Amino acid sequence: MNTSHAFNAFTALSARETGKFLRQKGRLFSALVRPALWLLVFAAGFQNVFGVAVIPPYESYIEYNVYITPGLLCMVMLFNGMQSSLTMVYDREVGVMRLLLTAPLPRWYILFCKLMAGTLLSLLQVYAFLVICWLFDVDIPLMGVLTALPAFILSALMLGSLGLLLSVSVKQLENFAGMMNFVIFPMFFISPALYPLWKLEESGAEIVYQVAQYNPFTYAVELVRFALYGQLSLTALAVVLGSFIFFFVLAVIGYDPQKGVITRRKG
Amino acid sequence: MNTPTALELVGVSKSYGPLTALNNVSLSIKPAQFIGLLGQNGAGKTTLFQLLTGLFNSDEGQISVCGHDISQDPIGALSTLGVVFQQATLDLDLTVHGNLKFHCLLHGLSRKLAEERINSELDRFDMQAVRDKQVRSLSGGNRRKIELIRALLHQPKVLLMDEATVGLDPESRKSLVNHVVSLCKEREIAVLWSTHIVEEVQAADRVIVLDKGKILAESSPEELQAQGIEPRLSLADAFSQLINNNKEIGVAYE
Repeated sequence: MNTSHAFNAFTALSARETGKFLRQKGRLFSALVRPALWLLVFAAGFQNVFGVAVIPPYESYIEYNVYITPGLLCMVMLFNGMQSSLTMVYDREVGVMRLLLTAPLPRWYILFCKLMAGTLLSLLQVYAFLVICWLFDVDIPLMGVLTALPAFILSALMLGSLGLLLSVSVKQLENFAGMMNFVIFPMFFISPALYPLWKLEESGAEIVYQVAQYNPFTYAVELVRFALYGQLSLTALAVVLGSFIFFFVLAVIGYDPQKGVITRRKG
Repeated sequence: MNTPTALELVGVSKSYGPLTALNNVSLSIKPAQFIGLLGQNGAGKTTLFQLLTGLFNSDEGQISVCGHDISQDPIGALSTLGVVFQQATLDLDLTVHGNLKFHCLLHGLSRKLAEERINSELDRFDMQAVRDKQVRSLSGGNRRKIELIRALLHQPKVLLMDEATVGLDPESRKSLVNHVVSLCKEREIAVLWSTHIVEEVQAADRVIVLDKGKILAESSPEELQAQGIEPRLSLADAFSQLINNNKEIGVAYE
Protein backbone atom coordinates (compact mmCIF):
# COMPACT_ATOMS: atom_id res chain seq x y z
CA MET A 1 0.00 0.00 0.00
CA ASN A 2 1.59 3.27 -1.09
CA THR A 3 0.67 6.76 0.13
CA SER A 4 -1.70 7.60 -2.70
CA HIS A 5 -3.49 4.26 -2.31
CA ALA A 6 -3.84 4.91 1.42
CA PHE A 7 -5.13 8.43 0.78
CA ASN A 8 -7.60 7.30 -1.89
CA ALA A 9 -8.95 4.58 0.39
CA PHE A 10 -9.27 7.04 3.25
CA THR A 11 -11.18 9.57 1.15
CA ALA A 12 -13.43 6.83 -0.26
CA LEU A 13 -14.34 5.51 3.19
CA SER A 14 -14.74 8.99 4.69
CA ALA A 15 -16.86 10.21 1.80
CA ARG A 16 -19.10 7.16 2.12
CA GLU A 17 -19.62 7.67 5.85
CA THR A 18 -20.18 11.40 5.45
CA GLY A 19 -22.54 10.88 2.54
CA LYS A 20 -24.52 8.37 4.58
CA PHE A 21 -24.69 10.86 7.45
CA LEU A 22 -25.87 13.69 5.20
CA ARG A 23 -28.50 11.51 3.56
CA GLN A 24 -29.93 10.62 6.96
CA LYS A 25 -31.27 14.09 7.57
CA GLY A 26 -32.76 13.29 10.94
CA ARG A 27 -29.47 11.98 12.32
CA LEU A 28 -27.83 15.37 12.97
CA PHE A 29 -31.10 16.69 14.35
CA SER A 30 -31.53 13.81 16.79
CA ALA A 31 -27.85 13.92 17.73
CA LEU A 32 -28.34 17.54 18.81
CA VAL A 33 -31.82 17.32 20.30
CA ARG A 34 -30.76 14.66 22.81
CA PRO A 35 -28.05 16.70 24.59
CA ALA A 36 -29.98 19.92 24.03
CA LEU A 37 -32.87 18.50 26.04
CA TRP A 38 -30.49 17.62 28.83
CA LEU A 39 -29.02 21.09 28.71
CA LEU A 40 -32.25 23.05 28.51
CA VAL A 41 -34.65 20.91 30.49
CA PHE A 42 -32.61 18.84 32.91
CA ALA A 43 -30.08 21.55 33.70
CA ALA A 44 -32.82 24.17 34.15
CA GLY A 45 -34.77 21.91 36.47
CA PHE A 46 -31.80 20.93 38.58
CA GLN A 47 -30.01 24.28 38.55
CA ASN A 48 -30.84 24.90 42.18
CA VAL A 49 -30.81 21.30 43.34
CA PHE A 50 -27.23 20.42 42.43
CA GLY A 51 -24.82 22.81 44.04
CA VAL A 52 -21.42 22.41 42.45
CA ALA A 53 -18.49 23.38 44.65
CA VAL A 54 -15.45 25.09 43.26
CA ILE A 55 -13.44 22.21 41.84
CA PRO A 56 -10.72 22.22 39.21
CA PRO A 57 -10.70 23.36 36.46
CA TYR A 58 -13.27 25.91 37.64
CA GLU A 59 -11.97 28.89 39.59
CA SER A 60 -15.31 30.08 40.90
CA TYR A 61 -18.84 28.83 41.36
CA ILE A 62 -20.41 27.92 38.04
CA GLU A 63 -23.90 27.38 36.79
CA TYR A 64 -25.05 23.80 36.50
CA ASN A 65 -25.46 24.03 32.73
CA VAL A 66 -21.77 24.93 32.49
CA TYR A 67 -20.88 21.91 34.58
CA ILE A 68 -22.78 19.42 32.44
CA THR A 69 -21.70 20.78 29.05
CA PRO A 70 -18.44 18.71 28.83
CA GLY A 71 -20.43 15.59 29.71
CA LEU A 72 -23.02 16.36 27.05
CA LEU A 73 -20.30 16.97 24.47
CA CYS A 74 -18.90 13.55 25.32
CA MET A 75 -22.41 12.13 25.15
CA VAL A 76 -22.62 13.37 21.55
CA MET A 77 -19.33 11.59 20.81
CA LEU A 78 -20.42 8.43 22.62
CA PHE A 79 -23.64 8.20 20.63
CA ASN A 80 -21.83 8.90 17.39
CA GLY A 81 -19.15 6.31 18.19
CA MET A 82 -21.84 3.70 18.67
CA GLN A 83 -23.72 4.89 15.60
CA SER A 84 -20.60 4.61 13.46
CA SER A 85 -20.04 1.07 14.58
CA LEU A 86 -23.68 0.42 13.83
CA THR A 87 -22.74 1.08 10.22
CA MET A 88 -20.17 -1.73 10.54
CA VAL A 89 -22.92 -4.12 11.59
CA TYR A 90 -25.16 -2.79 8.80
CA ASP A 91 -22.33 -3.22 6.28
CA ARG A 92 -21.93 -6.80 7.44
CA GLU A 93 -25.64 -7.46 7.03
CA VAL A 94 -25.87 -6.00 3.53
CA GLY A 95 -22.60 -7.58 2.40
CA VAL A 96 -20.53 -4.41 1.92
CA MET A 97 -18.22 -5.59 4.70
CA ARG A 98 -17.04 -8.42 2.45
CA LEU A 99 -16.05 -5.89 -0.16
CA LEU A 100 -14.11 -3.89 2.42
CA LEU A 101 -12.37 -6.91 3.88
CA THR A 102 -11.32 -8.18 0.45
CA ALA A 103 -9.83 -4.85 -0.61
CA PRO A 104 -6.03 -4.98 -0.90
CA LEU A 105 -5.52 -2.96 2.25
CA PRO A 106 -4.37 -3.94 5.73
CA ARG A 107 -7.37 -4.61 7.94
CA TRP A 108 -6.11 -2.27 10.64
CA TYR A 109 -6.02 0.50 8.06
CA ILE A 110 -9.59 -0.15 6.91
CA LEU A 111 -10.73 -0.01 10.53
CA PHE A 112 -8.65 3.09 11.15
CA CYS A 113 -10.24 4.83 8.14
CA LYS A 114 -13.71 3.94 9.44
CA LEU A 115 -12.70 5.24 12.86
CA MET A 116 -11.35 8.50 11.47
CA ALA A 117 -14.47 9.01 9.39
CA GLY A 118 -16.58 8.52 12.51
CA THR A 119 -14.34 10.93 14.41
CA LEU A 120 -14.84 13.63 11.78
CA LEU A 121 -18.60 13.21 12.12
CA SER A 122 -18.27 13.40 15.90
CA LEU A 123 -16.40 16.70 15.63
CA LEU A 124 -19.03 18.10 13.31
CA GLN A 125 -21.74 17.28 15.84
CA VAL A 126 -19.71 18.49 18.82
CA TYR A 127 -19.18 21.91 17.27
CA ALA A 128 -22.80 22.09 16.21
CA PHE A 129 -23.76 21.43 19.82
CA LEU A 130 -21.33 24.10 21.04
CA VAL A 131 -23.18 26.57 18.83
CA ILE A 132 -26.41 25.57 20.59
CA CYS A 133 -24.68 26.11 23.94
CA TRP A 134 -23.75 29.65 22.95
CA LEU A 135 -27.22 30.34 21.66
CA PHE A 136 -28.50 29.47 25.12
CA ASP A 137 -25.88 31.53 26.93
CA VAL A 138 -23.89 28.70 28.42
CA ASP A 139 -20.75 30.36 29.70
CA ILE A 140 -17.95 28.52 27.93
CA PRO A 141 -14.68 30.33 27.17
CA LEU A 142 -14.36 31.14 23.48
CA MET A 143 -10.78 29.93 23.38
CA GLY A 144 -11.98 26.64 24.86
CA VAL A 145 -13.37 25.53 21.52
CA LEU A 146 -9.85 25.59 20.14
CA THR A 147 -7.96 24.31 23.15
CA ALA A 148 -10.42 21.43 23.51
CA LEU A 149 -10.07 20.26 19.89
CA PRO A 150 -7.31 17.68 20.64
CA ALA A 151 -9.39 16.43 23.59
CA PHE A 152 -12.45 16.10 21.34
CA ILE A 153 -10.43 14.18 18.75
CA LEU A 154 -8.88 11.82 21.29
CA SER A 155 -12.16 11.21 23.10
CA ALA A 156 -13.98 10.58 19.80
CA LEU A 157 -11.25 8.13 18.77
CA MET A 158 -11.55 6.28 22.06
CA LEU A 159 -15.34 6.08 21.96
CA GLY A 160 -15.31 5.19 18.26
CA SER A 161 -12.82 2.38 18.81
CA LEU A 162 -15.00 1.08 21.64
CA GLY A 163 -17.85 0.99 19.14
CA LEU A 164 -15.65 -0.87 16.62
CA LEU A 165 -14.78 -3.39 19.27
CA LEU A 166 -18.42 -3.95 20.13
CA SER A 167 -19.28 -4.39 16.46
CA VAL A 168 -16.96 -7.43 16.32
CA SER A 169 -19.26 -9.49 18.48
CA VAL A 170 -22.61 -8.13 17.34
CA LYS A 171 -24.18 -10.27 14.63
CA GLN A 172 -27.37 -8.37 13.93
CA LEU A 173 -28.61 -4.81 14.09
CA GLU A 174 -31.30 -5.87 16.58
CA ASN A 175 -28.67 -7.06 19.07
CA PHE A 176 -26.82 -3.82 18.68
CA ALA A 177 -29.73 -1.75 19.96
CA GLY A 178 -29.68 -3.77 23.18
CA MET A 179 -25.96 -3.39 23.51
CA MET A 180 -26.27 0.37 23.14
CA ASN A 181 -28.56 0.41 26.16
CA PHE A 182 -26.14 -1.68 28.16
CA VAL A 183 -23.15 0.41 27.15
CA ILE A 184 -24.22 4.00 26.55
CA PHE A 185 -26.43 4.62 29.54
CA PRO A 186 -24.24 2.98 32.19
CA MET A 187 -21.18 4.74 30.80
CA PHE A 188 -22.92 8.08 30.79
CA PHE A 189 -24.62 7.91 34.18
CA ILE A 190 -21.72 6.33 36.06
CA SER A 191 -19.40 9.20 35.24
CA PRO A 192 -18.93 12.84 36.21
CA ALA A 193 -21.03 13.93 33.22
CA LEU A 194 -24.01 15.03 35.34
CA TYR A 195 -22.53 15.35 38.84
CA PRO A 196 -19.04 15.44 40.32
CA LEU A 197 -17.89 12.04 41.52
CA TRP A 198 -17.23 13.29 45.03
CA LYS A 199 -20.98 13.82 45.32
CA LEU A 200 -21.47 10.10 44.80
CA GLU A 201 -18.92 9.28 47.46
CA GLU A 202 -20.41 11.82 49.82
CA SER A 203 -23.88 10.41 49.40
CA GLY A 204 -22.64 6.91 50.25
CA ALA A 205 -22.84 5.41 46.75
CA GLU A 206 -19.38 3.93 47.20
CA ILE A 207 -19.80 1.13 44.64
CA VAL A 208 -21.03 3.49 41.94
CA TYR A 209 -18.16 5.82 42.80
CA GLN A 210 -15.64 2.99 42.42
CA VAL A 211 -17.18 1.81 39.14
CA ALA A 212 -16.96 5.36 37.81
CA GLN A 213 -13.22 5.34 38.54
CA TYR A 214 -12.85 2.44 36.08
CA ASN A 215 -15.11 3.96 33.44
CA PRO A 216 -13.06 5.36 30.55
CA PHE A 217 -15.92 7.75 29.77
CA THR A 218 -15.21 9.43 33.12
CA TYR A 219 -11.79 10.41 31.87
CA ALA A 220 -13.04 11.56 28.47
CA VAL A 221 -15.40 13.95 30.27
CA GLU A 222 -12.61 15.23 32.51
CA LEU A 223 -10.20 15.59 29.60
CA VAL A 224 -12.72 17.71 27.73
CA ARG A 225 -13.70 19.68 30.87
CA PHE A 226 -10.11 20.70 31.58
CA ALA A 227 -9.30 21.33 27.92
CA LEU A 228 -12.23 23.75 27.59
CA TYR A 229 -10.39 25.90 30.14
CA GLY A 230 -7.02 25.50 28.47
CA GLN A 231 -5.82 22.98 31.04
CA LEU A 232 -4.59 19.44 30.77
CA SER A 233 -5.54 16.58 33.06
CA LEU A 234 -2.62 14.20 32.66
CA THR A 235 -4.47 11.30 34.28
CA ALA A 236 -7.42 11.76 31.95
CA LEU A 237 -5.11 12.05 28.95
CA ALA A 238 -3.26 8.85 29.87
CA VAL A 239 -6.46 6.86 30.44
CA VAL A 240 -8.19 8.09 27.28
CA LEU A 241 -5.12 7.51 25.12
CA GLY A 242 -4.48 4.10 26.69
CA SER A 243 -8.14 3.08 26.31
CA PHE A 244 -8.16 4.20 22.68
CA ILE A 245 -5.12 2.06 21.88
CA PHE A 246 -6.47 -0.88 23.89
CA PHE A 247 -9.93 -0.85 22.26
CA PHE A 248 -8.53 -0.33 18.77
CA VAL A 249 -5.99 -3.15 19.06
CA LEU A 250 -8.70 -5.50 20.33
CA ALA A 251 -10.98 -4.47 17.44
CA VAL A 252 -8.20 -5.16 14.92
CA ILE A 253 -7.62 -8.57 16.49
CA GLY A 254 -11.37 -9.18 16.40
CA TYR A 255 -11.49 -8.53 12.66
CA ASP A 256 -8.35 -10.59 11.97
CA PRO A 257 -9.29 -13.79 10.10
CA GLN A 258 -6.72 -15.82 12.01
CA LYS A 259 -7.06 -14.56 15.54
CA GLY A 260 -10.40 -12.89 15.79
CA VAL A 261 -13.83 -13.78 17.03
CA ILE A 262 -15.03 -13.70 13.42
CA THR A 263 -13.10 -16.89 12.65
CA ARG A 264 -15.22 -18.73 15.14
CA ARG A 265 -18.36 -17.87 13.27
CA LYS A 266 -19.34 -19.65 10.12
CA GLY A 267 -20.54 -17.71 7.12
CA MET B 1 7.88 -23.13 -21.13
CA ASN B 2 5.30 -23.77 -18.41
CA THR B 3 2.43 -21.28 -18.10
CA PRO B 4 2.48 -19.74 -14.61
CA THR B 5 -0.34 -20.75 -12.27
CA ALA B 6 -2.94 -18.08 -11.55
CA LEU B 7 -4.53 -19.82 -8.60
CA GLU B 8 -3.21 -22.76 -6.64
CA LEU B 9 -4.53 -24.64 -3.63
CA VAL B 10 -2.52 -27.39 -2.00
CA GLY B 11 -4.05 -29.65 0.67
CA VAL B 12 -6.49 -27.05 1.96
CA SER B 13 -8.70 -28.05 4.89
CA LYS B 14 -11.12 -26.07 6.98
CA SER B 15 -13.35 -27.09 9.88
CA TYR B 16 -15.94 -25.26 11.92
CA GLY B 17 -15.75 -27.07 15.22
CA PRO B 18 -16.64 -30.70 14.55
CA LEU B 19 -17.86 -29.90 11.03
CA THR B 20 -15.33 -30.44 8.25
CA ALA B 21 -16.21 -27.96 5.53
CA LEU B 22 -13.20 -28.64 3.30
CA ASN B 23 -11.02 -31.72 3.39
CA ASN B 24 -7.60 -31.71 1.71
CA VAL B 25 -8.61 -29.78 -1.39
CA SER B 26 -5.98 -29.18 -4.07
CA LEU B 27 -6.45 -27.52 -7.42
CA SER B 28 -4.70 -25.18 -9.80
CA ILE B 29 -5.93 -22.81 -12.49
CA LYS B 30 -3.91 -21.25 -15.27
CA PRO B 31 -4.55 -17.89 -16.95
CA ALA B 32 -7.44 -17.87 -19.45
CA GLN B 33 -8.90 -21.04 -17.99
CA PHE B 34 -12.56 -21.15 -17.08
CA ILE B 35 -13.04 -23.66 -14.29
CA GLY B 36 -16.50 -24.68 -13.14
CA LEU B 37 -16.77 -25.60 -9.46
CA LEU B 38 -19.83 -27.74 -9.24
CA GLY B 39 -21.39 -28.74 -5.97
CA GLN B 40 -24.69 -29.00 -4.18
CA ASN B 41 -25.66 -26.64 -1.39
CA GLY B 42 -23.39 -27.22 1.58
CA ALA B 43 -20.67 -28.85 -0.53
CA GLY B 44 -18.09 -26.35 0.71
CA LYS B 45 -18.02 -23.97 -2.26
CA THR B 46 -18.64 -20.81 -0.26
CA THR B 47 -16.13 -21.85 2.39
CA LEU B 48 -13.59 -22.34 -0.37
CA PHE B 49 -14.28 -18.83 -1.67
CA GLN B 50 -14.00 -17.39 1.82
CA LEU B 51 -10.55 -18.93 2.12
CA LEU B 52 -9.54 -17.76 -1.36
CA THR B 53 -10.49 -14.19 -0.53
CA GLY B 54 -8.79 -14.19 2.86
CA LEU B 55 -12.04 -13.70 4.76
CA PHE B 56 -11.05 -16.76 6.77
CA ASN B 57 -7.83 -18.67 7.13
CA SER B 58 -7.54 -22.34 6.32
CA ASP B 59 -6.63 -24.80 9.06
CA GLU B 60 -4.20 -26.61 6.79
CA GLY B 61 -2.74 -26.20 3.34
CA GLN B 62 -1.61 -23.34 1.14
CA ILE B 63 -3.42 -20.96 -1.16
CA SER B 64 -1.56 -18.77 -3.59
CA VAL B 65 -2.94 -16.26 -6.07
CA CYS B 66 -0.51 -15.29 -8.85
CA GLY B 67 2.34 -16.41 -6.63
CA HIS B 68 1.14 -14.50 -3.54
CA ASP B 69 0.40 -16.68 -0.51
CA ILE B 70 -2.96 -15.50 0.83
CA SER B 71 -1.94 -15.92 4.47
CA GLN B 72 1.56 -14.44 4.10
CA ASP B 73 0.86 -11.72 1.55
CA PRO B 74 -2.89 -11.07 1.57
CA ILE B 75 -2.60 -7.61 0.04
CA GLY B 76 -0.58 -8.91 -2.93
CA ALA B 77 -3.05 -11.76 -3.41
CA LEU B 78 -6.18 -9.59 -3.08
CA SER B 79 -4.90 -7.01 -5.54
CA THR B 80 -4.94 -9.66 -8.28
CA LEU B 81 -8.37 -11.04 -7.38
CA GLY B 82 -11.75 -9.96 -8.65
CA VAL B 83 -14.69 -11.36 -6.73
CA VAL B 84 -18.42 -11.56 -7.24
CA PHE B 85 -19.93 -12.89 -4.07
CA GLN B 86 -23.02 -15.03 -3.75
CA GLN B 87 -24.52 -12.41 -1.47
CA ALA B 88 -24.95 -8.96 -3.06
CA THR B 89 -22.28 -6.54 -1.85
CA LEU B 90 -23.38 -3.32 -3.51
CA ASP B 91 -24.22 -0.28 -1.43
CA LEU B 92 -27.88 0.17 -2.32
CA ASP B 93 -27.90 3.84 -1.32
CA LEU B 94 -25.11 4.80 -3.71
CA THR B 95 -25.44 5.22 -7.44
CA VAL B 96 -23.87 2.74 -9.84
CA HIS B 97 -21.06 5.21 -10.45
CA GLY B 98 -20.64 5.77 -6.69
CA ASN B 99 -20.26 2.04 -6.07
CA LEU B 100 -17.77 1.61 -8.88
CA LYS B 101 -15.70 4.59 -7.84
CA PHE B 102 -15.66 3.43 -4.23
CA HIS B 103 -14.20 0.10 -5.36
CA CYS B 104 -11.59 1.79 -7.58
CA LEU B 105 -10.36 3.98 -4.74
CA LEU B 106 -10.17 1.03 -2.37
CA HIS B 107 -7.97 -0.66 -4.95
CA GLY B 108 -5.68 2.34 -5.20
CA LEU B 109 -6.65 3.55 -8.68
CA SER B 110 -6.25 7.28 -9.29
CA ARG B 111 -9.46 9.22 -9.83
CA LYS B 112 -8.63 9.78 -13.50
CA LEU B 113 -7.87 6.14 -14.17
CA ALA B 114 -10.96 5.14 -12.21
CA GLU B 115 -13.19 7.29 -14.44
CA GLU B 116 -11.60 5.87 -17.59
CA ARG B 117 -12.05 2.29 -16.45
CA ILE B 118 -15.61 2.87 -15.23
CA ASN B 119 -16.60 4.39 -18.56
CA SER B 120 -14.95 1.71 -20.60
CA GLU B 121 -16.49 -1.17 -18.61
CA LEU B 122 -19.95 0.43 -18.57
CA ASP B 123 -19.67 0.81 -22.34
CA ARG B 124 -18.57 -2.78 -22.78
CA PHE B 125 -21.52 -4.10 -20.81
CA ASP B 126 -23.87 -1.56 -22.38
CA MET B 127 -24.73 -0.16 -18.95
CA GLN B 128 -24.02 3.57 -19.39
CA ALA B 129 -27.74 4.26 -19.10
CA VAL B 130 -27.79 3.24 -15.45
CA ARG B 131 -24.56 5.01 -14.49
CA ASP B 132 -26.24 7.62 -12.30
CA LYS B 133 -29.09 5.47 -11.07
CA GLN B 134 -29.30 4.35 -7.48
CA VAL B 135 -28.42 0.67 -7.22
CA ARG B 136 -31.60 0.12 -5.22
CA SER B 137 -33.63 0.88 -8.36
CA LEU B 138 -31.88 -1.71 -10.57
CA SER B 139 -33.14 -5.16 -11.48
CA GLY B 140 -31.40 -8.24 -10.06
CA GLY B 141 -29.74 -8.97 -13.40
CA ASN B 142 -28.36 -5.46 -13.74
CA ARG B 143 -27.09 -5.48 -10.17
CA ARG B 144 -25.16 -8.64 -10.94
CA LYS B 145 -23.71 -7.06 -14.07
CA ILE B 146 -22.62 -4.07 -12.00
CA GLU B 147 -20.96 -6.40 -9.52
CA LEU B 148 -19.14 -8.09 -12.37
CA ILE B 149 -18.07 -4.73 -13.80
CA ARG B 150 -16.86 -3.70 -10.38
CA ALA B 151 -14.83 -6.89 -10.01
CA LEU B 152 -13.06 -6.12 -13.30
CA LEU B 153 -12.17 -2.48 -12.68
CA HIS B 154 -8.78 -3.15 -11.14
CA GLN B 155 -7.98 -5.62 -13.94
CA PRO B 156 -7.68 -8.78 -11.88
CA LYS B 157 -5.77 -11.84 -13.05
CA VAL B 158 -8.19 -14.18 -11.30
CA LEU B 159 -11.96 -13.83 -11.21
CA LEU B 160 -13.94 -15.65 -8.56
CA MET B 161 -17.66 -16.02 -9.19
CA ASP B 162 -19.44 -17.48 -6.18
CA GLU B 163 -22.91 -18.61 -7.27
CA ALA B 164 -23.15 -15.30 -9.05
CA THR B 165 -26.35 -16.19 -10.86
CA VAL B 166 -28.47 -16.74 -7.76
CA GLY B 167 -31.84 -15.08 -8.22
CA LEU B 168 -31.41 -14.43 -11.94
CA ASP B 169 -33.83 -15.55 -14.62
CA PRO B 170 -32.49 -18.09 -17.18
CA GLU B 171 -31.86 -15.45 -19.84
CA SER B 172 -29.84 -13.17 -17.52
CA ARG B 173 -27.98 -16.20 -16.22
CA LYS B 174 -26.99 -17.26 -19.70
CA SER B 175 -25.95 -13.75 -20.60
CA LEU B 176 -23.75 -13.44 -17.50
CA VAL B 177 -22.06 -16.79 -18.19
CA ASN B 178 -21.38 -15.79 -21.81
CA HIS B 179 -19.91 -12.46 -20.72
CA VAL B 180 -17.54 -14.13 -18.31
CA VAL B 181 -16.50 -16.85 -20.76
CA SER B 182 -15.58 -14.23 -23.36
CA LEU B 183 -13.77 -12.08 -20.77
CA CYS B 184 -11.79 -15.10 -19.68
CA LYS B 185 -10.44 -15.66 -23.18
CA GLU B 186 -10.08 -12.02 -24.25
CA ARG B 187 -8.26 -10.82 -21.16
CA GLU B 188 -6.66 -14.10 -20.18
CA ILE B 189 -8.32 -14.03 -16.79
CA ALA B 190 -8.46 -17.26 -14.80
CA VAL B 191 -12.06 -17.82 -13.76
CA LEU B 192 -13.34 -20.02 -10.96
CA TRP B 193 -17.10 -20.24 -11.39
CA SER B 194 -18.93 -21.82 -8.51
CA THR B 195 -22.45 -23.09 -9.03
CA HIS B 196 -24.88 -25.91 -8.45
CA ILE B 197 -26.49 -25.36 -11.86
CA VAL B 198 -24.86 -27.75 -14.29
CA GLU B 199 -25.73 -25.81 -17.47
CA GLU B 200 -23.55 -22.92 -16.33
CA VAL B 201 -20.36 -24.94 -16.58
CA GLN B 202 -21.02 -26.57 -19.96
CA ALA B 203 -18.58 -24.14 -21.54
CA ALA B 204 -15.92 -24.62 -18.86
CA ASP B 205 -12.42 -25.84 -19.70
CA ARG B 206 -12.56 -28.06 -16.66
CA VAL B 207 -15.20 -28.98 -14.12
CA ILE B 208 -14.38 -29.72 -10.51
CA VAL B 209 -17.05 -31.57 -8.56
CA LEU B 210 -17.01 -30.77 -4.87
CA ASP B 211 -19.08 -32.73 -2.42
CA LYS B 212 -18.99 -32.75 1.36
CA GLY B 213 -15.79 -30.77 1.34
CA LYS B 214 -13.88 -33.11 -0.98
CA ILE B 215 -13.12 -33.06 -4.68
CA LEU B 216 -14.92 -36.00 -6.27
CA ALA B 217 -13.91 -35.43 -9.85
CA GLU B 218 -11.93 -33.05 -12.01
CA SER B 219 -12.05 -33.20 -15.77
CA SER B 220 -13.47 -31.57 -18.85
CA PRO B 221 -17.28 -31.51 -19.13
CA GLU B 222 -17.06 -34.13 -21.91
CA GLU B 223 -14.86 -36.45 -19.88
CA LEU B 224 -17.14 -36.05 -16.89
CA GLN B 225 -20.11 -37.09 -19.01
CA ALA B 226 -18.17 -40.07 -20.30
CA GLN B 227 -17.43 -41.20 -16.74
CA GLY B 228 -21.11 -41.96 -16.22
CA ILE B 229 -22.06 -45.57 -15.70
CA GLU B 230 -24.77 -45.38 -18.32
CA PRO B 231 -23.85 -44.32 -21.83
CA ARG B 232 -24.86 -40.89 -23.25
CA LEU B 233 -25.45 -39.26 -19.89
CA SER B 234 -25.91 -35.53 -19.82
CA LEU B 235 -23.50 -33.52 -17.69
CA ALA B 236 -26.28 -32.98 -15.17
CA ASP B 237 -26.90 -36.73 -14.94
CA ALA B 238 -23.21 -37.45 -14.58
CA PHE B 239 -23.02 -34.89 -11.77
CA SER B 240 -26.01 -36.42 -9.96
CA GLN B 241 -24.54 -39.88 -10.35
CA LEU B 242 -21.25 -38.80 -8.81
CA ILE B 243 -23.00 -37.22 -5.85
CA ASN B 244 -25.23 -40.25 -5.32
CA ASN B 245 -22.30 -42.64 -5.52
CA ASN B 246 -20.55 -40.53 -2.91
CA LYS B 247 -23.56 -40.88 -0.62
CA GLU B 248 -23.48 -44.64 -0.99
CA ILE B 249 -19.75 -44.87 -0.40
CA GLY B 250 -20.16 -42.62 2.63
CA VAL B 251 -17.11 -40.44 2.22
CA ALA B 252 -15.84 -39.28 5.60
CA TYR B 253 -17.64 -36.12 6.56
CA GLU B 254 -17.93 -35.22 10.17
